[in-house]
Amino acid sequence: MLARTLQDLFKRYRRPGDIVFAFVFLTFAVFLFSQIGEQTKITKRTKWFAQPGLWPTISISGMVFFGALHYLSSVLSPRIPGRGREVAFWLRSLEFVAYFLIYVVTVPMLGYLPSTVLFAVFLTLRCGFHSTANIGLAILFAFCVSVLFRGLLQVKIPAGRLYDYLPDSIRVFALTYL
Amino acid sequence: METLASAFSILAQWNVLIALLIGSIGGVIIGALPGVGAPVAIAILLPATFSFEPIVGLTLLLGIYGSSMYGGAIPAILINTPGTAVNALTTYDGYPMTKRGEGHRALSLAYSASFFGGIFSVLCLIILSPVLALIAPHFGSREIFLAAFLGILLVVLAHRGQTFAAAMLACFGIFLSTVGLEPVKYTKRFTFDQTFLTSGVDLIVVVLGLFAISQALLLLVDKDHTPGEAHVEGSIFTGLKELIGIKRIATVSSSIGVMMGMIPGVGEFTSQFLSYTYARKTSQNPEKFGDGSPEGLVASEAANNAVPGAAMIPLLALGIPGEALTAMMLSVFYVHNVIPGPQLFQTQLDFVMALYIALILLNVFVLIFLLFSTNLLLKIIQIPTRFLGMMILTLSFVGVYSLRNSVTDCALAGGFGVFGLILKRLNLPIVPIILGMVLGSIMEVKLRSAMARVKTPLDFVDRPIAALLFIAILGIIALHIRTLIAEHRNRITPQPVGGDEPTQQG
Repeated sequence: MLARTLQDLFKRYRRPGDIVFAFVFLTFAVFLFSQIGEQTKITKRTKWFAQPGLWPTISISGMVFFGALHYLSSVLSPRIPGRGREVAFWLRSLEFVAYFLIYVVTVPMLGYLPSTVLFAVFLTLRCGFHSTANIGLAILFAFCVSVLFRGLLQVKIPAGRLYDYLPDSIRVFALTYL
Repeated sequence: METLASAFSILAQWNVLIALLIGSIGGVIIGALPGVGAPVAIAILLPATFSFEPIVGLTLLLGIYGSSMYGGAIPAILINTPGTAVNALTTYDGYPMTKRGEGHRALSLAYSASFFGGIFSVLCLIILSPVLALIAPHFGSREIFLAAFLGILLVVLAHRGQTFAAAMLACFGIFLSTVGLEPVKYTKRFTFDQTFLTSGVDLIVVVLGLFAISQALLLLVDKDHTPGEAHVEGSIFTGLKELIGIKRIATVSSSIGVMMGMIPGVGEFTSQFLSYTYARKTSQNPEKFGDGSPEGLVASEAANNAVPGAAMIPLLALGIPGEALTAMMLSVFYVHNVIPGPQLFQTQLDFVMALYIALILLNVFVLIFLLFSTNLLLKIIQIPTRFLGMMILTLSFVGVYSLRNSVTDCALAGGFGVFGLILKRLNLPIVPIILGMVLGSIMEVKLRSAMARVKTPLDFVDRPIAALLFIAILGIIALHIRTLIAEHRNRITPQPVGGDEPTQQG
C-alpha cells in the first residue's frame, strides 16, 4: 500500500537517461556534503548568519534532499528504453568540446583571425558540408566575426605570437586588428 | 519634464541609437532562427557590451530581448517550428491559419499583437514608475532577502512536474555562487586548493556554457535539419486594423503579461498559458482555439511581448532579476558600477526613463522592419542546424575568452556546455541554476546585513512590506501543497505528471 502511494506521488514523465543523470547528480551532491567540514571554516566570534559555511551548507543540503527526491521519482516512474543511446549522445558532445579547447589554445599562438578561420572550416567539414560554397561561407563568417569583435569592437583577445614574424608593414595592423 | 528631456538627451547619441537598431533587428533574426533564442545571443554579446557605456550595452541587450519573440513567431506560424521556446503556443493557431492560406493574416496579427503587448507594458512601466519610486526606498535588506527568496521559490514551483529537479538545480546555483574566496572573513569555500577556483565561478562562464555552448553542442551532435521553405504573400498591414476588433483580448493578455513579468521567476510561459486560457474561456468560438483562432494567436503573442518590459520592474526597482535574461543584464549594471535598486529611481530617474523610451523605440523599429522584410527573414532562417551549431560555438569563444583570456574559463564553460546539453536533452530546466546563482549571492549579503538588527525572529517581518512578502511566501507554499493534494485525490487513472513538451527557455 505504502509502495503504491509512493509510486503515485512521485511518478512523472521521464526521458531516457533520466535515472543516470539523477544518480550522478545525487552522488556529486553527497560528495560535496561530505566535504563541507573540510572545505569551509567555522570562524570564532561570528554569529551563525555570518558564518562562511552557512550558505554552502544550506545549498548542498538542498541539493542532497531534492536530488534524492528526484532520484526516487526517477526510480518510480515508467522507464522508456534508450538509456545507452542517450548517454552515448551526451558523450559524443565531448568531441566538440575537445575541438573547442584546441581552438582556445591555438588563438594566442596563431592569432584570432587565422585560428577562427581554421576552426570554422574544420567544423564545417567535420559536420559533413564538403561543398566549396559551404566552406566559402564558413571562411566569410569567420572573417566577419574576427573583424567585428577584434577589429571594430576591440574585444580583449591577445594578438597571435605568429604575427611577430609578419613583415613590418602589416605587423602592427595585424597585432591591433586581427 | 526635466527628467524626460535628460532621458532624451541620453538616448540622442549615435552609438545608443545604433545599438538599439542593431539589437532590435539582430534580435528579430536571432529569434526567427529555430534553435537560437535571445539567451544564446545575449550570453555571447554580454562580455562585448562591458566595454560600452551602460546605456549602450543595455539598449543592445534590451533590443535583442524585446524583439526576439517577434521573430520567433515567423517560423512558428509558417513552418510550425517555434523560433524561440516561448512561441510554442503561437503554433497552435498560427500554423492552422497558414494551412488555410491565411499565413499573411496570421503574421500580421502576431506582429500587431506583439507590438500592442510591448507598448502596453512600457506604458504600464511609465505609469508605475512614481509608485515604484515611492515604494522602492522601503525595501531594506530584509525585504530584498525575502523578495529574492520568493523569486527562487516561484521559479521552482513554476516548473510543474519538475519541482524536485528545479529545486535541486536552484540549490546547485546557490552553491556555485558560494565557491571561492568569501568576501567578509576571507576564507576559502570549496576551492579544493585549486587557484582557479579562488576567484569563484563567474556567472558569465556559467551562462555561456549553459545557454550558448550547450545549444551549439546539441545542434552539432544531433542530426542535421534544414527548416522548410516558406513564402508569404499579401499585405502584412491588415492585422493592425483587425487587432482593434480583438482589443479586449489583447488588453487583458498584455495585462496578464505585465503582471507575470513583474513577479520574479514566472515569466512568458505562465503569462501566455493564462492569457490563452482566458481568451478561450471568454471567446464566442472556443472550439476554434487550436485550429486557427485569431483570438488565440493574439492572446499568446500579446502576453509574451508584454513580459520583457515588465521584467525590468523588479530588476530596476529592487535589483532582483526575475529570469535568466534579466540576470544577465544585472551583470552589465554591476560591471559599470550602476547598482539597480531603490536608489536608482531617486538618483538616476533619467537613466531609467531613457531605458523605457528605448523599449518603445525598439518596438517601433521592429514593427517597421518586419512589415517590409518577412520574406527576406524566411530565407535567412534556412541555415542548416549543424552549420548554425558551428557558428554558435565560434561566437561562444568570444564571449568566454574575452572575459579574462583564461583557458580555464573556456574549459569550465565547455563543462557547463555538456551539463546544459544533458539538461536540455532531459527537458530539465536551466533557468533555476542562473537565478540560484544571482539570487543566492543577494540572499547571502542581505541576510547578513538584515540580521545585524534583528533580535527575535519576529523582528525580521515586523515591517509592512516584509510582513506582506512573508505572508506571500507562506501563502504560495500552502497553495502549492493544496494543489498537490487535490491533484493526487483527483487522479482517477494514474498518469505520469508532465509531458514531453519542451519547457526550456533559450
